[in-house]
Amino acid sequence: MAKIKGAIVVDINGCKGCELCITACPTEVIFLSDDVNVKGYHYAYMANPDVCTGCSNCAIICPDGVITVYRKKIS
Amino acid sequence: MAENAITTKELIKKENLVYQKTKLLTDDVMHYCPGCGHGTTHRLIAEIIEEMGIQSEIIGVAPVGCSVLMYNYMNIDMQEAAHGRAPAVATGIKRLLPEKYVFTYQGDGDLAAIGTAETIHACNRGENITIIFINNGIYGMTGGQMAPTTLVGMKSSTTPYGREVSQMGNPIKMTDLVANLPGTYFVSRQSVHTPGNVRKTKKAIRKAFEYQALNKGTCFVEVVSNCPSGWKMTPLESNKWLAENMLPFYPLGDMKVPEQ
Repeated sequence: MAKIKGAIVVDINGCKGCELCITACPTEVIFLSDDVNVKGYHYAYMANPDVCTGCSNCAIICPDGVITVYRKKIS
Repeated sequence: MAENAITTKELIKKENLVYQKTKLLTDDVMHYCPGCGHGTTHRLIAEIIEEMGIQSEIIGVAPVGCSVLMYNYMNIDMQEAAHGRAPAVATGIKRLLPEKYVFTYQGDGDLAAIGTAETIHACNRGENITIIFINNGIYGMTGGQMAPTTLVGMKSSTTPYGREVSQMGNPIKMTDLVANLPGTYFVSRQSVHTPGNVRKTKKAIRKAFEYQALNKGTCFVEVVSNCPSGWKMTPLESNKWLAENMLPFYPLGDMKVPEQ
């Protein structure tokens, strides 16, 4: 069965830690980091990379457009 | 499952790219508060312009309000207008350069308060412009004061006990108002609080830009948005509050669609 695997890349210093991507993610991939970025915000990161499907929901809801999404079909 | 073992690093390649920030947004970090719907709407507009390939054909008019610095974030021609006068400025631009796409981007303080006359008359004259209206029910930039669109009972810094109809009157539904005017061609109300709604909003704004080429009248899209700082909530709470309180009063959907 074909499997779809995705990955996101967060522009750490552009992230404002609003958490909207966390609730938008259907597979609970994203969480807020314990570390902070240059502006002092806890930034979003891919905590469970194995279950990401690359659906782009996080990138679509992100007000600052800091998320880049990659997706590949693995047969 | 050995063949499925592909690492995240291997996945991050140009050929697997499905979504990235559009080049039409500049690298400037937006000054908006975390979770603000302005950023999402800016990105949608930029994406639509990129998809339609009209970067050199479009002129935007920025308002006064939170989005006053919009021209710093969009890589297109933009003009700043006096408070509330964006539809009047856009009218002038469109009449001088009728082959260009012209849009205004206004908040509720700009469009529904100080610029009510300009908005209504531009829509009534049927100017061939697109108006994007961000409605968050509050004056976000100046510190969360009551706006004409503030809901009944909604707390703001000038209505700490909630908006009372007997003293402050009723909230105004600008979108319903302009939908009744003969000059408008496409009128819609959308929101940006969930990914599904963001996709719908993108379709509506794209239609509003495409219909402008037909020269049939004003296209008006309201985007119901949140204001985490003005509402004194976290972004997640504000989106939940928006769905529970704003949407029953400002129902989403197309108010006026062109007859087929």
